[in-house]
Amino acid sequence: MSTLLIAEQVLNGLQLGVTLFLMAAGLTLVFGVMGLINLAHGSLYMIGAFCCAFVSVETGSFFLGLLAGMAGAAVAGALLEMVVMQRLYARDHLDQVLATFALILIASEGTRWVFGDVPLFLDVPEAFSGTIELIGGLTYSKYRLLIIFVGLLVALGLYWLIARTRLGMRIRAGESDREMIAALGVNIRLVYTIVFALGAALAGLAGSMVGALSSVQVGMGEPVLILAFVVIVIGGIGSVKGALIGALLVGLVDTLGRVFLPSFFQLFMNNSDATTLGSSLASMAIYVVMAIVLAVRPQGLFPATGTSSA
Amino acid sequence: MKKTVLAATTAVSVAMLSLAAATTASAELKVGMITTLSGGGASLGVDVRDGFQLALKMAGDQQIELLIEDDGRKPENAVKIADKFISSDKVDVLTGIIWSNLAMAVVPKTVRGGTFYISPNAGPSALAGKGCHENYFNAAWQNDNLHEAMGNYANDAGYSKSFILAPNYPAGKDALTGYKRFYKGDAAGEIYTKLGQTDYAAEIAQIKNSDADSVFFFLPGGMGIAFMKQYAQSGVDLPVLGPAFSFDQGILGAVGDAALGVKNSSQWSKDLPNPANKAFVEAFTEEYGRLPSLYASQGFDTANLILSAAAKTEVSDKAAFRDALRAADFESVRGDFSFGPNHHPIQNIYVREVIKEGDVLTNKIVSTGLEDHSDAYAVDCKM
Repeated sequence: MSTLLIAEQVLNGLQLGVTLFLMAAGLTLVFGVMGLINLAHGSLYMIGAFCCAFVSVETGSFFLGLLAGMAGAAVAGALLEMVVMQRLYARDHLDQVLATFALILIASEGTRWVFGDVPLFLDVPEAFSGTIELIGGLTYSKYRLLIIFVGLLVALGLYWLIARTRLGMRIRAGESDREMIAALGVNIRLVYTIVFALGAALAGLAGSMVGALSSVQVGMGEPVLILAFVVIVIGGIGSVKGALIGALLVGLVDTLGRVFLPSFFQLFMNNSDATTLGSSLASMAIYVVMAIVLAVRPQGLFPATGTSSA
Repeated sequence: MKKTVLAATTAVSVAMLSLAAATTASAELKVGMITTLSGGGASLGVDVRDGFQLALKMAGDQQIELLIEDDGRKPENAVKIADKFISSDKVDVLTGIIWSNLAMAVVPKTVRGGTFYISPNAGPSALAGKGCHENYFNAAWQNDNLHEAMGNYANDAGYSKSFILAPNYPAGKDALTGYKRFYKGDAAGEIYTKLGQTDYAAEIAQIKNSDADSVFFFLPGGMGIAFMKQYAQSGVDLPVLGPAFSFDQGILGAVGDAALGVKNSSQWSKDLPNPANKAFVEAFTEEYGRLPSLYASQGFDTANLILSAAAKTEVSDKAAFRDALRAADFESVRGDFSFGPNHHPIQNIYVREVIKEGDVLTNKIVSTGLEDHSDAYAVDCKM
């Protein structure tokens, strides 16, 4: 196996990782700050992708579509937060899971109602289609590089927002003690709505960017949601840094596992058995990593500082 | 002795049926449809359902009562719905399952319990050979069939190093087995992907780094869309081949021009010249405002098969109903159609090419891949 192939697969792993990060960041913030388990996060991803596909086709511009995807998901998120989620903060996790699961069904059927069952067309923008040559003869998809770049940019932006701004200070304070920050005169409800809409916008961004690569269809969010939960469990619930490291870890383990486990078994088994066994083990790999992390560090790799004081 | 009794009861029931038909004209037949109407594979189930309902509507039929439930592509749901259909709704015939892993969970128990199952899509090898059953009919194909035709085509096209990939589930394994059964060259690589996977970057990188001269893939529904789009972006320009599932009418629009010119195999195509098909394509387009896919054609044929049997005899006489199904006495939209000894189709498999008609991507037949093709498992079937 050539080093070029390995390098390309590492890039693929990074790209999967940063898309997972965009999903996981919103999920972990919402859980960390509001204590809310939001299963409908995958629906926001889908809503973003549909908005993006619709606007891209209507206007002919992918980047307008991308903005529309983020905006659509953010608006949907803010509405959801104000209408439904606010009633759920005080309830236990089981109620939250039930209510947000219902939201998944409503969002999926609603989308099917509006757009139908046939997947929508959304293609990679002209400027980023095709491949580009990187150092050492490695060629890689321009669009996937763009995803990696945007994902890392978002990670930096989130770090700056949370560590360096007043809003970030309030988010961190809300994470530690929501009664106290409300008593200090901060409109914590507004902070919650903003955090939720921000998380939704990131999910919409992920959905739009991945939608151009895969297919924009009803139900596209749920498989990603499961991976995003794995990411935040590994990374430590509530921590954006944990979400980033967890996402990159999951992306790399999943991609490299898919490629190298079958070849590994081919060393001492016949081709077809090795392929079957290798790919079965590869689909388990990230859950094995999660189990190991849970056994060794039940709080995750980088638990949020606010909640670890107990 | 047994035979004469059977013949006598058949004769009596036929006589009774003609009597009944003369008087009331309503022999009730309950059909339970378990299919995928939500989640990733929903477009397949919707097409099967729409095709089925269209056939009932065109026949103006009142005697079939159709119950439909969504399995969400989850085997446990399918099993639950089947139990409910059989024990509380008392359906006579089950149908509708799209995915082979769901079929394996539902079909064996159903047919052993005495309920008919007529498959409009999944045809896992396990149910075609030793596991065949007199109450199980497949109105679509055995899973290997379309892939066998493509393997045969690859030889004709002179490919000798195919890179092959399919999802890791029963139909995926049947697909690669079917392709390899007819294909004479070597496999440059063989990959099983996750069912429902949407990112194929890792697999495409492996294709790029292999010495393949062609790519054969079986990825139905959204998986196929994702693969084709990413393949077109990757800069790999090897020819791709696949069964119709990777290029059906429902996904071509979402794949876009990346699919143009691709060869694929199907037992049906919109441009088959028989009158039943012309009427079907026209009625479907009018009713639903979109072109039918092969899944819709299979749903349509399944309904017509059941209608043809119901017109001959009552379902309460299982032996007679079974014989009536086996006769396959209906106008199939794919032209000649009959059942082999294992109740799987004997039919032509065509090679199609993706073309553009105006702005719409669709398929047209370029040649007949395999004529009157049966399946490799029929010899193992003892029923």
